Amino acid sequence: MDRKQPHATDNAIVVKNLQKSYKDLKVLHGIDFNVRRGSILALLGPNGAGKTTTIRILSTLLSPDSGEAYVNGFDVVKQACEVRGSIGLTGQFAAVDGYLTSEENLLMLGRLYRLSQSDTKQRTRELLEQFDLVDAAQRPVKTYSGGMKRRLDLAMSLIASPPVIFLDEPTTGLDPRSRLSMWALIKNLANSGTTILLTTQYMDEADYLADWIVVIDEGRVIAEGDANALKARVGADHVDLTISRNSSFSIAQQAVDGAKIQANPEQRVLTIAASHGVTTVKQVLQRLEDAQIEVESLSMRRPTLDDVFLFLTGNGAPKTEEMEK
Amino acid sequence: MSEITLRAPAQAQPECRSDWYWLISDSWLMAKRSVMHIIRSMDQVLSLILFPIMFMLLNRYVLGGAIDTGNVSYANYLFAGILIQTLAFGANYTTINLAVDMKEGIVDRFRSLPMASTALVIGHIAADLVRNIISGIIIILAGFVVGFRPNASAIEWFYVIGLALLFTLAISWLSAILGLVVKSLEAAQWVGFVLIFPLTFVSSAFVPTDTMPDILRTFAENQPITHAINAIRAWLVGTPLGDSAWLSVLWSLGIIVVSVPITAWLFRRHAQ
Repeated sequence: MDRKQPHATDNAIVVKNLQKSYKDLKVLHGIDFNVRRGSILALLGPNGAGKTTTIRILSTLLSPDSGEAYVNGFDVVKQACEVRGSIGLTGQFAAVDGYLTSEENLLMLGRLYRLSQSDTKQRTRELLEQFDLVDAAQRPVKTYSGGMKRRLDLAMSLIASPPVIFLDEPTTGLDPRSRLSMWALIKNLANSGTTILLTTQYMDEADYLADWIVVIDEGRVIAEGDANALKARVGADHVDLTISRNSSFSIAQQAVDGAKIQANPEQRVLTIAASHGVTTVKQVLQRLEDAQIEVESLSMRRPTLDDVFLFLTGNGAPKTEEMEK
Repeated sequence: MSEITLRAPAQAQPECRSDWYWLISDSWLMAKRSVMHIIRSMDQVLSLILFPIMFMLLNRYVLGGAIDTGNVSYANYLFAGILIQTLAFGANYTTINLAVDMKEGIVDRFRSLPMASTALVIGHIAADLVRNIISGIIIILAGFVVGFRPNASAIEWFYVIGLALLFTLAISWLSAILGLVVKSLEAAQWVGFVLIFPLTFVSSAFVPTDTMPDILRTFAENQPITHAINAIRAWLVGTPLGDSAWLSVLWSLGIIVVSVPITAWLFRRHAQ
């Protein structure tokens, strides 16, 4: 690293070769990504991929073993206090005080963020209104629904108008309606110029919200790109072909080799990505016919996140690759 | 839902030195929060009122007739013991409330703020002081009802209150250590009792120590709870003071001096 200023000004978050282990378990194997100022980046990955660990390091709750990370231009290790003044954190579990009312929660947070009394009061009024909590403002938060708690949680992160917001699985456990209203709030927030780093295990959430998606698995970045680029790669419809017992499964496998993404010999099912829709299906069926393979049944389905990870991690896909826009 | 407004981000850039003003401001906010928890949680309010009255009545009327306390009436003898026992049990709430906080997301939120992180512990301990002042007042009232008749001067009452507060502070800091060490809420609930019950029973709280077997007596006569009880009893009802006043002050200060850095270290260790 010969650059004096590793944090370019157009990136609100810079992550370089971040590594972290808990005792003997290595959870981050050196991850890198940048978040452009004012954009939404989604860290997409299954449970245990290292998403929460990454967020905890960036919000100064954990220290990394090695690597560098800058938030709003500040080093998360050496300038932790400045970082804390620049961020809002909404964790996986609503970090609200159940015995206090939402108004008391917000007033307390404002002062803890070092806002003046009058600024704190004004921001509290504004946020209660914007987050649709005015009617419930005087009730203890433990009486709130899950969706209301999450809304308050997000409002609390915003009280000091921080330039960077971390959202750790912001909609996990929410009902569909609360989920949509949370999505609207997050979009809204990004439109106002806030940089947002969110984690999710849902492809559709990343798709709807994010300008840039970083897929991580087992502590490594396995792909990144915008939603279209990732979908073009892994998001085509999947076709499950059941091969008849009269034909050889291994010959069938060879016949569709280029298009195959999964093979399950016990069930005699071959899964292929229909990247060009019906054309791909036609080609594959033609190849199987040429190889004199009998196909018992065929079904098409939307890919699940499982398919995405199987595609990205297994079956000969390259370990790490960057997808261009 | 309306448009979310954000001001220019620069205006919220906080002071990053954890100077005294912010430490006190943060601790005040945390104390207010902890006191709200007491007021709004029915079981804490009930235990605050019922425990001291229950202990006072049970000891005074069930055990009191069978215990020989010499030329001091049992109600007069008992008062200091019940007072210190109640303060010690009250501090168990620091363990429980801190353990609850550490389990929930709110501590991560606090730690991601530019606040002084130790303010959370200080807030719980301050709330403990408030709780124990209320308990103390209830104990005094209950004592008068069951026949406690102190002959202390104003200056002796001043000593009693001062020592009681210092003792509360010491035991709260110890309880804070437990709150940060325990792995579960259940553990937080029993660990304090397991420590405090034997300590208050093997002391001069309810019976004179001279009838205990040698080993117990030696322990009872030299442990901090006995010193605190003996000093308070001496000031209130005129039993011999001996060395207990300065010994109990020394014990309390010693516990605080040792506990504060341990607590700070344990709190930071959660960051690893």
